[in-house]
Amino acid sequence: MSDLRDLYQEVILDHNRHPHNFGELDGADRHADGYNPLCGDRLAVYVNLDGETITDVSFLGSGCAISKASASLMTDAVKGRTLGEARRLFEQFLALVTDDGALVDDALLGKLAVLAGVRDYPARVKCASLAWHTLRAAVEDRHEVVSTE
Amino acid sequence: MSAEVMSELEHGASGHGKGIRSRLGSHDHGGAVVASPPAFDVERIRRDFPILERMVRDDRLVYLDNAATTQKPRQVLDTLARYYSDGNANIHRGVYTLSEEATAAYDAARIKVQRFLNARASREIVFTRNSTESINLVAHSFGRRHVGPGDEIVITHMEHHSNIVPWQLLCEQVGAQLRVAPIDDSGTLQLDELERLIGPRTKLVSVVHLSNSLGTINPVREIVAMAKRRDVPVLIDGSQAVYHMPVDVQALDCDFYALTGHKLYGPTGIGVLYGREEWLERMPPYQGGGDMIRSVTFEKTTYADLPHKFEAGTPHIAGVVGLGAAIDYLQEVGFEAIAPHEADLLAYGTAALSEVKGLRLIGTAAHKASILAFVMKGAHPHDVGTIVDTEGVAVRTGHHCTQPVMYRFGVPATARASVAMYNTRAEIDALVRALERVREMFPV
Repeated sequence: MSDLRDLYQEVILDHNRHPHNFGELDGADRHADGYNPLCGDRLAVYVNLDGETITDVSFLGSGCAISKASASLMTDAVKGRTLGEARRLFEQFLALVTDDGALVDDALLGKLAVLAGVRDYPARVKCASLAWHTLRAAVEDRHEVVSTE
Repeated sequence: MSAEVMSELEHGASGHGKGIRSRLGSHDHGGAVVASPPAFDVERIRRDFPILERMVRDDRLVYLDNAATTQKPRQVLDTLARYYSDGNANIHRGVYTLSEEATAAYDAARIKVQRFLNARASREIVFTRNSTESINLVAHSFGRRHVGPGDEIVITHMEHHSNIVPWQLLCEQVGAQLRVAPIDDSGTLQLDELERLIGPRTKLVSVVHLSNSLGTINPVREIVAMAKRRDVPVLIDGSQAVYHMPVDVQALDCDFYALTGHKLYGPTGIGVLYGREEWLERMPPYQGGGDMIRSVTFEKTTYADLPHKFEAGTPHIAGVVGLGAAIDYLQEVGFEAIAPHEADLLAYGTAALSEVKGLRLIGTAAHKASILAFVMKGAHPHDVGTIVDTEGVAVRTGHHCTQPVMYRFGVPATARASVAMYNTRAEIDALVRALERVREMFPV
């Protein structure tokens, strides 16, 4: 059970049960839909922008604990950040969950680091990254459904 | 247990060869109960499958994803190794000993498949890559010749994507329509609705024998009879059925039957299309190339006789030979032993899973085999899959290439355990213990 607890940390289970920023943002500036064909999970990300700054962000959808917690943590992490900072966070986050050898800045990642356990479960990386891909599509104003495949 | 065994007999099994019908015949009426299953030494069977010794993380592998692919017995693995180390040559070409031996082994395997399905002749057995290719062959070859604008193809709501998409492609190309027969909340096909859909424009009915995501056994003999009354040919996707029950294509009276070797304890990359000779004769080749021709000139090419007309290029010879070994193995164990054992596991598993708090079975048809698909309240199937894997238990999670079934039941995905001949009650217990771990982590 110990290695399983590395993946399903209490923080993750808590975000799964009580996700932050969960729901639609009425009249959001940007919005995109994400889809993971592997598991059929769908989620939508809503963003309000003030120039280059993400003033508000939310998500809606159903998914596994990993994808839901990751989306919840992501919204906390990027709210109030600039688009450039959010992009940098996404890169760092991908490096964290794919363990691709890139240096990870723990200070920058903050709470997102609880998802580090995902790297030991390659099949679950897409669950963890779906929200981020969808956020990127939203801020880039792309309207096609984002797929993890 | 007896209900399942009998349902298999009723729904498309004639029990040829191994004499199942006669064996159970005395119980097959009047609601009598089959007293006890024939002696079946599952531990002896397990010793034939080397992979079952494997450890996953710190636990012995509990392999319950047989609907995706079955494991291979030593007899098949040895046959493959022997073929490549001692008998490899191209077939139908050489006059030298090795080529003649390879040709003989290849042709002998075709006869094994013919007898396994009780086809009239071995020329009705076409080797393909898998069930998907078998169905695509019919969609291309039969479809282009016999289906036109305004015509209809009838399928069911529980089909695998491989029995949906080829027909959608065909319909798009020729301007035909796809009609889908509904299923009820238990995952049972609504037969009367299917019958209503078979009309004057129907050119083919294509149905799954045993649903991979629900476990439902369709009454294929009745479906064929229903279609025959309107002179409509029927294709049966037997991918999941052939390793759980005997199949007799003559008794079923179907026109096409598709199966794949890797679910039949055989190698990957080898499949079979049974086609009624009258249809195969009238159908144009599927692919062109070597081995499928009689003579080639730039002016005119004539095609080889059945079944070679549909087998262009060097085939998967090792796969065919391996499939033959798998069929030998399966028949030696015998469905009369396998079916009651698997029915017992299904009944035991159904009862055990029903005890897990917040678990809902998806697919509760009266006639079922092998498949235990479920969702758990508060725990997504992917989390279930990952957690049980840490206990060494391999189950499938996702939509199982049957997205319309997921939509029908209003779930994004399910977790699915599926049993084969080598599984045990202890392995079902291991699954249930692993699901208790899920419950601890995701309490309801």
